[in-house]
Amino acid sequence: MAWVFIEETETGPAAVGLEILTKARELGSPTVIYFGAGSEAAFATLGDYGATEVFHLVPAEGSTGIAAATAAMADLATEHNPDVILFGQTYTDRDVAGRLSARMGKTIISNGIDVAVDGGVGVTTELFGGAQLVTTMFEGEGPHLVLLRPKSFPAEPAGGAAPTVTAVPLPDPGHAGAARVVGNFIEESQGPKLEEAAVIIAGGRGLGSAEAFGLIEQLAAPLKAATGATRAIVDAGWVPYSKQVGQTGKTVKPDVYIACGISGAMQHLVGMKDSKMIIAINKDEEAPIFGVADLGIVGDVHQVLPKLIEALENR
Amino acid sequence: MKIAVCVKQIPDPASPYELDPTTYNLIRPNEQVLDDTDRYGVEVGLQIAGDTDGTVTLVSMGPSGNLNGIRQALAMGADGAILVDDEALKGSDSLTTAKILAAAIAPESFDIVIAGTESTDGYSGILPQQLAELLGVPALTYAKKIDVDGSTVRINRQTATGFDTIEAPTPVLVSVTAGVVEPRYPTFKGIMDAKKKPVDTKTAGDLGVDIQVDQRIVMVVPAPSRSGGQVIVDEGDGHEKIVAMLEQAKVI
Ligand SMILES: Cc1cc2nc3c(=O)[nH]c(=O)nc-3n(C[C@H](O)[C@H](O)[C@H](O)COP(=O)(O)OP(=O)(O)OC[C@H]3O[C@@H](n4cnc5c(N)ncnc54)[C@H](O)[C@@H]3O)c2cc1C
Ligand SMILES: Cc1cc2nc3c(=O)[nH]c(=O)nc-3n(C[C@H](O)[C@H](O)[C@H](O)COP(=O)(O)OP(=O)(O)OC[C@H]3O[C@@H](n4cnc5c(N)ncnc54)[C@H](O)[C@@H]3O)c2cc1C
Repeated sequence: MAWVFIEETETGPAAVGLEILTKARELGSPTVIYFGAGSEAAFATLGDYGATEVFHLVPAEGSTGIAAATAAMADLATEHNPDVILFGQTYTDRDVAGRLSARMGKTIISNGIDVAVDGGVGVTTELFGGAQLVTTMFEGEGPHLVLLRPKSFPAEPAGGAAPTVTAVPLPDPGHAGAARVVGNFIEESQGPKLEEAAVIIAGGRGLGSAEAFGLIEQLAAPLKAATGATRAIVDAGWVPYSKQVGQTGKTVKPDVYIACGISGAMQHLVGMKDSKMIIAINKDEEAPIFGVADLGIVGDVHQVLPKLIEALENR
Repeated sequence: MKIAVCVKQIPDPASPYELDPTTYNLIRPNEQVLDDTDRYGVEVGLQIAGDTDGTVTLVSMGPSGNLNGIRQALAMGADGAILVDDEALKGSDSLTTAKILAAAIAPESFDIVIAGTESTDGYSGILPQQLAELLGVPALTYAKKIDVDGSTVRINRQTATGFDTIEAPTPVLVSVTAGVVEPRYPTFKGIMDAKKKPVDTKTAGDLGVDIQVDQRIVMVVPAPSRSGGQVIVDEGDGHEKIVAMLEQAKVI
C-alpha cells in the first residue's frame, strides 16, 4: 500500500505530486494525503491520476499547518500502516516528511529518483552530480518514508474515477504548531515556465554582471524559451530564485538547454543533465559543463551571444 | 537570546568525494572544513546575538578530526561548541543525527536553534525539520530574511514562486538559505581567540541516545554516462554551429 503526500499549489495539486502518483499506481492503488483547501476539481484530478482514496488535511486559518498535518498523518499511518509514504523533494513536503520521520521514529531516504517495492523497499539516488547511481534499502518496519525529486517520472492521467475523500481533523500540536503565516509575495514572472519550456537559456557567473542577463532574455525571445540561472547569480541577486536550476532549484528536462557562462558544478548538473540536447558556451575549455554538452563552444559569451541573437532574429 | 547554531564539518568540496568501497560511507579525512552552507547560519546567529546581548553556541556531530571546521566557525565569533563524536555514529542517517543534536541541545534551553537548509555533503535536506519535531518547537524554514522582535521571530520563507512571511514565538528553529546574509570573514584576532574557546566533546552514550539506522546502501554503480559531444573553439563562427544544432533539434 503506497501513500502519496500532495500539497495544493495555486494551480491545484502540485505537479510533482501527480508525477509521483503516476509512479505509485505501479505499487498498488494509491492513497493520497492532500494538504490544502481542496476542491471538487482537485479531487477529480487526483482520481484521474489514479488515487482511489484521499485523506484531506486543511491547515487552520493563519497557521502553516505543518506540525498539525504531521501529527494527523502520524495517527493515520499508525492506523492504516502503509508500506511507503512518498513525498516530493520540495519545501513543504520536506517540512512534513522531516517532522513525520522524527514523530514516528522512521528514517527517510532523500533525493530519490526511483523507488521499487520488490521483496523490500529500495530507492535509487544519484551521487556526485549523477555520475553514480546508489541503491539504498530500508530495514525494519514500515511505513518507509521517501522523498523523490521532481521530474523523476512523467505525470500521466489514467482516467480514474473520483476518489473517496475523507476529511481528517487536525489535532492541536501545541507550541510546535505555533508558526503562523502573516503575508505572502509572488514574484512577477513572464514567458514560459521553466518546468514546461521546450527550450531553456540559462546564464551563470560568466555573464559578468546582472545587466548581461539581458543577453539571455534577448536570446530567449525568438526561441520562445524560458530563462534559467545558476545559484551563484541568484545568490548575487542578479535574478530571482524562481529561475534557479539545480539541486536546490528546479529540475528541468527541456528539448534544448543552452548554458551560457556556467561552469557545470555538480549541483547545477543534477537539475539539467537529462535535457535532450545541451549546448554550452564557456571560455574555459576545461569547464565540466562540456562533459555533458552535445555541442560545446569555447568562447566568450559577449562575442557569441550577440551574433547568435542577431542570427535568430534575422530568420 | 541564547542561540545554538548547527554546523557540520565536511570534507573539502574542492577535492573529489569518495565512498568507502565496503561500507559506502563518505570518506572523511582528518582535516575537514566548515560547510559553507553553515557560514550563513553562524552569521545570522552572531547578528541576532549582537542585537540581543546573547550568545552563540555551535552544535555539531561527526568525527572531530583536527577541529579545523569548528575553529573556522569559532573564529567568526561564536562563543563555544558542543561536539558529539563517537565511532558508533559512523554511517548514521539524518534521523540519528537529529536525535543526537536534539539530545545535546535540549538541556541547554536555547531560544533559537539555527541550521542550514541542506548540507553540501549529505544534502538530505530534512534534518532541521526532524530536529524541530524532536525539540517540540515550531520550524521557520528556508529563511531568506530574518527579523527578531521581542520574543517573536519572523522570516521570509522561500517558496517556488516567491516567499511567505511566517512567524513564531521562541523557542524556535530557523533554517537559513545561502544568500540570507553576507557571512563575515574571521579577523586575525578571531582566529587566535578561536584556539582558546571551549569545545565540549561528548559521545552518544553521554547523551543516552540509542543508535539505530534503518537504511543501508546495497549497491553503487556508475550511471550510464552521457557522452560529451563535440567541443569547438569559437573562431567567430560559434553561433553558426549553434544555429545548426537548433535546426537539428527542430526548435527553429
Ligand atoms: C548545498 C548546495 C546546493 C547548491 N545548489 C545549487 C543549485 O541548485 N543550482 C546551482 O546552479 N548551483 C548550486 N550550488 C552552487 C554550485 O556548487 C556552483 O557554485 C554554482 O552552480 C556555480 O555557478 P556558475 O556556474 O554560475 O559560476 P562559476 O562556477 O563561477 O562559473 C562561471 C563560469 O563562467 C565561465 N566564464 C567566465 N567568463 C566567461 C565569459 N566571458 N564567457 C564565457 N564563459 C565565461 C568560467 O570559465 C566559469 O566556468 C549549490 C551548492 C551547494 C553547496
Ligand atoms: C551522499 C549522502 C547521501 C545521504 N543520504 C541520506 C538520506 O537519504 N537519508 C538520511 O537519513 N541520511 C542520508 N545521509 C546521511 C546524512 O547526510 C547524515 O546523517 C548527516 O549527518 C545529516 O544529514 P544531512 O547532512 O544530509 O542534513 P541536511 O538536512 O542536508 O542538513 C541541513 C543542516 O542541518 C545541520 N546539520 C546536518 N548534519 C549535521 C551534523 N552532523 N552536525 C551538526 N549540524 C548538522 C546543518 O546546519 C545543515 O546545514 C547521506 C549522506 C551522504 C554522504
